[in-house]
Amino acid sequence: MSTKRKLVVIGAGMASGRALEHLLDAEPDNWDITLFNAEPRGNYNRIMLSPVLSGEKTYQEIVTHDDDWYAQRGITCRFGEKVSAVDRDAKTVTGADGIPLPYDKLLVATGSAPFIIPLPGHDLDGVIAYRDLEDTNAMIDAAAKPDAKAVVIGGGLLGLEAAAGLKMRGMDVTVVHLMGHLMERQLDEAAGYLLRKALTDRGINVLCSANSKEIVGEDGRVKALLLDDGTELPCDLLVMAVGIRPNTQLAKEAGLAIGRGIHVDDQMVTSDPDVLAVGECVEHNGAIFGLVAPLYDQARIVAKTLTGEDAAFVQKEVSTKLKVTGCDLFSAGDFADGEGREDIVLRDPARGVYKRLVIENDRVIGAVMYGDTADSNWFFGLIKDGEDISEMRETLIFGPAYQGGDPLDPMAAVAALPDDAEICGCNGVSKGDIIAAIHDGANDLATVRAVTKASGSCGTCTGLVEQVLGVTLGDDFVIPAAQSVCGCTDLTHEEVRRLVKSQELKSQQAVWQELGWKTKDGCHVCRPAINYYLLADWPVEYQDDPQSRFINERKHANIQKDGTFSVVPRMFGGMTTPDELRAIADAADKYNVPTVHVTGGQRIDLLGVKGEDLPAIWADLNKAGLVSGHAYSKGLRTVKTCVGSSHCRFGTQDSTGLGVKIEKKLWGAWSPHKFKLAVSGCPRNCAEATCKDLGIVCVDSGYQIGVGGAAGMDVRETDLLVQVPSEQEAIDVTVAFYQLYRENAKYLDRPYKWIAKVGLDWVRERVVDDLENRQALIDRFALSQSVYQKDPWAEHVRERADSYAPVADLTLQAAE
Amino acid sequence: MTSWIDIGSLEDIPLRGARVVKTSLGCVAVFRASDDSVFALHDRCPHKGGPLSEGIVHGHKVTCPLHNWVFDLETGAATGTDEGEVATFATRIEAGRVLLDASVLEKQTAA
Ligand code: SRM
Ligand SMILES: Cc1cc2nc3c(=O)[nH]c(=O)nc-3n(C[C@H](O)[C@H](O)[C@H](O)COP(=O)(O)OP(=O)(O)OC[C@H]3O[C@@H](n4cnc5c(N)ncnc54)[C@H](O)[C@@H]3O)c2cc1C
Ligand code: SF4
Ligand code: FES
Repeated sequence: MSTKRKLVVIGAGMASGRALEHLLDAEPDNWDITLFNAEPRGNYNRIMLSPVLSGEKTYQEIVTHDDDWYAQRGITCRFGEKVSAVDRDAKTVTGADGIPLPYDKLLVATGSAPFIIPLPGHDLDGVIAYRDLEDTNAMIDAAAKPDAKAVVIGGGLLGLEAAAGLKMRGMDVTVVHLMGHLMERQLDEAAGYLLRKALTDRGINVLCSANSKEIVGEDGRVKALLLDDGTELPCDLLVMAVGIRPNTQLAKEAGLAIGRGIHVDDQMVTSDPDVLAVGECVEHNGAIFGLVAPLYDQARIVAKTLTGEDAAFVQKEVSTKLKVTGCDLFSAGDFADGEGREDIVLRDPARGVYKRLVIENDRVIGAVMYGDTADSNWFFGLIKDGEDISEMRETLIFGPAYQGGDPLDPMAAVAALPDDAEICGCNGVSKGDIIAAIHDGANDLATVRAVTKASGSCGTCTGLVEQVLGVTLGDDFVIPAAQSVCGCTDLTHEEVRRLVKSQELKSQQAVWQELGWKTKDGCHVCRPAINYYLLADWPVEYQDDPQSRFINERKHANIQKDGTFSVVPRMFGGMTTPDELRAIADAADKYNVPTVHVTGGQRIDLLGVKGEDLPAIWADLNKAGLVSGHAYSKGLRTVKTCVGSSHCRFGTQDSTGLGVKIEKKLWGAWSPHKFKLAVSGCPRNCAEATCKDLGIVCVDSGYQIGVGGAAGMDVRETDLLVQVPSEQEAIDVTVAFYQLYRENAKYLDRPYKWIAKVGLDWVRERVVDDLENRQALIDRFALSQSVYQKDPWAEHVRERADSYAPVADLTLQAAE
Repeated sequence: MTSWIDIGSLEDIPLRGARVVKTSLGCVAVFRASDDSVFALHDRCPHKGGPLSEGIVHGHKVTCPLHNWVFDLETGAATGTDEGEVATFATRIEAGRVLLDASVLEKQTAA
């Protein structure tokens, strides 16, 4: 009879494989081992399934322990056999044969199971998880079908590796991710954005903030995924990679203590001294695990515990790398903002590089890097060792190569560049070219730009060109301080607007990253401006961000000094009806509105409405056909009119009708600042049209259109843009002018300020002379209105009324 | 002693936004920053009483909607040249729920 102790291992995974190696290295002859595995095979390197999927490796290459290995060590392999019961009193386990097998020590290493969202249709054929070789082979088979389409739910590590692998096998792949950015647990938004861009560039369709609703099938097979917003994504294969849950079923039935995972102490012993556990199935000090590094540590400890040595498992920092060829990313530690934490951020838009270090108490506690991860091990070392970095803080982010030298001064860095270093990537201009131009007499940016074209295209190298001028000319050149948007960037509004268009930047993340923002998510000055530029230039692609708007525009009401709000319903062209007036009066009564004021814009303001009442009062006004007057918006405000030819003895044209038509066309649109119009029926100008952003004065022969008036902090008369004979043309010119202003002006410039910068002739050329361009402006405005011309009040009543109420009311609780 | 009260799910608060909790001592603004960290501050600007919950949230800061004072969400202190401080309350996130430490509020109501 053998004197060996009986060890039964449940699960031949990465953790138990490593544990057996350590155990048998230390005590080759003391153990009689039986290894169960539910999968019909022994230990393999599960994390390399992704290269198998993409075709970069074969299964044989990732096997870690082959038949020989088990045979040499006398391990009884029971692969393809799931352990169905553990009897701790009898100290036996039961496999497929139903015969209890005794143990002295039991090692539970059951890993974890993929989580399947119980969506309708989740049990259809073709819906799989991504965990083992079977799943991998199912994906490879599905990709073999010509024109096959796959949808991957989950934009985490596994989902993206699955998506990249399927794409490499020629499938049409869409990733559907619930959160706002990819790999949100490992990456911050900026790195998530770069990753998304890289995946999109290789043809993978990525949908973020997308909620799956239902898996649609046909004859028992998956056919499509339906999203909450009604989008249907046809697919032949649906991979769910939304997370894992420790496999605790068996341990639970055996009566071991479990929480999220099987409870183990520092020695990897469960609540039963003869039962140990290791790997993803365990919970240690409240933590569960999903990466192999800590599991390997556990494997070492569990082997020592079995051999009776003292050892304790200590949780360490983990780091993540994504195994998608060509996407270099790394994250480690804790990179959430927090009290006393500071960020060091480096962005190199041209190379697509982003690095961020989180510092606390002079120590690096977290790191995220994208695009250039060469130094990631060094940073990870700093995190793990908790090294004091105060000495090298200035240059820390540049990596180990820069340590020990002098701190980097940008001028010195430019001075040190060789002559053939490229300064302007767009035009291929080198430092030497610029210096030559300077020696030939160019002594400012404009001349250098004219001679060499450097900085003439995308403009991002402007600062560099100026530094070359500075280095070459010394004190003769003063680098001009252009008025930047705010402290988050050195770019001006005009530069940002141009770059948003030319580089096709379609999200705030894209702007922050590609234009090298210095802060993580902007500030109250730049966010509303960027939000506006994006929605104006990309009305269809960009999703308006309420959190980047001032309160008035976020809540569609003007905040008052006491925190209440005002409500101004629209009265097109200043026209109203007894029914509308009654509805307004009723609302004023019902919601105890303290003040009702007739505004300077020909409509009625209900002032002093409580924030919580807004959805209700809007719903009441909506019932009477009244919509938001946007009295709070950087957008179309009012079109004032006089009674004109319909009543007035001097009226030459239907000024009221034209005003109503214009307001009906323009309402709901957003612009750099507010936009007010008026139409007067004759030169007596009762609607005060000549001090508006755009004013029309009707005359016998047609319509005089003036622009650039002001009557606020500045007072200024409009300049005549053009006189047109027909009402339709008057409308066309108005729309085209508004769109030109929307597309070009700096945020918070009223039209008169903008015209002063670009010149009235420049405007006239585009909206009056060039008819084709006029039409193009009108078409682009129509496209934008197809998205934005909607009553925000009705929308908020319908979709977000809840957000106007307190999230909780503790006054009630305290009274209990 | 802390006394954690569940005030809602993290998802109820917009990212880079805030929601208000009504208490017998006035409103508490609960902010959610871009990194999903949560802060609670008295919803009253020390300048002229502006509701901070309605401000723009950037980094770990909020800008008052009335006159643009900027407050540090972690400490409640005004930043830059402005001087002033808002009371802060401890928060915690547990399984996607936001918990607010209401001990201060309770103590004062009990008194
Ligand atoms: C309600 C109203 C006064 C009234 O009771 O009559 C009003 C009220 C406000 N105006 Fe005005 N303006 C009102 C007509 C005007 C007019 C006259 C007009 O539109 O015919 C002007 C001069 C024309 C112009 O726009 O330049 C006017 C020039 C301003 C200005 C200065 C703008 C400028 O570029 O110089 C501001 C400040 C700003 O926008 O930055 C301003 C800002 C404001 C704000 C939004 C201040 C604020 O941010 O809280 C006020 C909101 C009060 C509230 O809570 O509702 N209001 N304001 C008028 C609403 C008209 C409407 O029906 O929508
Ligand atoms: C595609 C993919 C890519 C990954 N990439 C990485 C990466 O890049 N870096 C990283 O650190 N980690 C990665 N991981 C995670 C890593 O693979 C796991 O952390 C690791 O495999 C867990 O090891 P384990 O031994 O705990 O569990 P497993 O390796 O899952 O092994 C558990 C085994 O137990 C068996 N079992 C379960 N219940 C029973 C039972 N009742 N009876 C018998 N047998 C049973 C299972 O069949 C399984 O074979 C990846 C995972 C996948 C799926
Ligand atoms: S003039 Fe306009 S901004 Fe000034 S107090 Fe009157 S309503 Fe307010
Ligand atoms: S009330 Fe907050 S800044 Fe004035």
